[in-house]
Amino acid sequence: MDHSPILVVITPFVGAYLSPLLGLWRERLCHLVAVAAALLSLFFSFRLAGSVLTSGTIRYWVGGWEPPWGIELVVDPLSAFMCLTISLVSLLAVIYSKNFIEKELPGGKITSYYTLILLLIGGMLGVVVTGDLFNLFVMTEIFSIAAYALVAISGKRGSFIGSYRYLILASIGTSLILLGTGYLYIITGTLNMADLSVRLPAFYDSWVVFGALAFLLIGFGIKTALFPLHTWLPGAYSIAPAPVTVIFSAVVSKVGGYSLIRVLFTIFGLEFITDLVPVAPALTWVAAATILVASMFAISQRSLMRMLAYSSVAHIGYVVLGVALAVEMGMTGGILHIFNHALATGCLFFCAGAVIYKTGIRHIDDLRGLGGKIPLTMAAFTLAAASKVGIPPTAGFVSKFYLSLGALEAGEWIFVIVILLASLMTAVFYLRVINLIFFGGDKHEGKVQRDELPLSMLVPIIILALGCAVFGIFVGIPLRLVEPAVMVLSGM
Amino acid sequence: MILEFIAVNFPYLVSVSLLLVGLYAMIVRRNLIKKIMGLNILSTSVFLYLISVAYKEGGAPPIRVSEVEVYVNPLPHALVLTGIVVALALTSFALVLTIKIYKEYGTLDSDKLMDL
Repeated sequence: MDHSPILVVITPFVGAYLSPLLGLWRERLCHLVAVAAALLSLFFSFRLAGSVLTSGTIRYWVGGWEPPWGIELVVDPLSAFMCLTISLVSLLAVIYSKNFIEKELPGGKITSYYTLILLLIGGMLGVVVTGDLFNLFVMTEIFSIAAYALVAISGKRGSFIGSYRYLILASIGTSLILLGTGYLYIITGTLNMADLSVRLPAFYDSWVVFGALAFLLIGFGIKTALFPLHTWLPGAYSIAPAPVTVIFSAVVSKVGGYSLIRVLFTIFGLEFITDLVPVAPALTWVAAATILVASMFAISQRSLMRMLAYSSVAHIGYVVLGVALAVEMGMTGGILHIFNHALATGCLFFCAGAVIYKTGIRHIDDLRGLGGKIPLTMAAFTLAAASKVGIPPTAGFVSKFYLSLGALEAGEWIFVIVILLASLMTAVFYLRVINLIFFGGDKHEGKVQRDELPLSMLVPIIILALGCAVFGIFVGIPLRLVEPAVMVLSGM
Repeated sequence: MILEFIAVNFPYLVSVSLLLVGLYAMIVRRNLIKKIMGLNILSTSVFLYLISVAYKEGGAPPIRVSEVEVYVNPLPHALVLTGIVVALALTSFALVLTIKIYKEYGTLDSDKLMDL
């Protein structure tokens, strides 16, 4: 029997236990442990993806206990797709951390940093492979608590308040998730997602089911940072160390989105959320509002990190919009955008971190002339920004194209306008930055040396930037997993 | 009629009121410690709800003995136990954060902290 489904989750957790022990002896070993754990997770994710593609959905019983007694791990194409995205981004972020953390987090915090980041990775992977609703809640809490701590870890001005606000809002969310889970349990008597989807149709007219849906929606809506529940995000994202921010914006909020998709499509089912209770159409409007409002906020930001944070809120809106359209093209676009946006936003936050590492600059106006100082990094920034705006032939263009096709397929042409308008707004704030970087004159003459970053930081940036271009042309590679995922979700 | 409704649903009514009290404290109260108290009341209300769901009139503890027919449902207890552990971790972390915030800014008033 193939144990990959549990190994992919366990590996980062074992790393998280090892790292404090080894850290007592040699602090530098923590980095190696973290890289090894992330690399192994990526390896197991590839194995999972391979076996999902050849033999379909994998069902794994933890400890050999069959459900409903034991916990069941279910890896379908969507889970495998999320696993790959999470472990790829995490591996790059951990590699990037080496030099960045040694400079930005002095004073013996390195051990706790790597421990927390491994807990964060393990928790997210746990969320995407589990087939049990309560297990989903536990894993959500594990990665959330690690995330609160990582926001506060730098100890810089505002980091504690940012972490506190994140904690208060997100824990309201998780409490509601637990309550919703309890509701579903009392009416159906099961917590297994597959079982739930079979037993729920008998109770479709029950108020308990409506209540459960409402609680789960709001709970995961806070985790996903949908407007108007997004207020915790920019503060938390702009304060955390750059590699952590990369993981946050590229995957943490997507994991919230993933849970939302699971609850809506796997547990409640397509028919319930579109016809019986029009949750999906309502969500499309929420997503459209998220896209427009967040893009507007992004234009007015003066801090680079905050601008990128608002931009990533907007892009989570695209993911939710696509999926909530509940037509094939839209869902393909939405799920594909999880991966494409992870590449682009990861690269952008890596570059912003590189600027902080090199010069300490956080404000957009101070970026003038950096294009001549760290040209490779800034070229990568431009490429990733192009992908976010959606300029062909980058990856961002492909997913936005699918999204627009989906909106047309659903007959909701208004969302095509939203997507186009938001893309224009995105272009406004990225072009302003790029213009300053390359053509803004030189503000740092003689102050900043012209040299590139350490390799451990440059390589992740280049890989993600190239990914933005490569996956725009070879769209078929991610689509091999996305298309079966859409099939499974829509029950075809 | 109303009295009967209250009597039958007493645990649920308490749970809902605790939920609202907790939410109110987290949103309206300005003191950071009181917000954490609100968080605890909120999670307790969820636990109370789960425990009262598990209870059965005259049910025995869920250990199989030959002459007993009705058992209390053990699964929600396991859920609540896990939930308590999570809430403990969350509370202790939030309190540590509060100490750090107080050391840095000298106040626990959330309105004043927002202005800084």
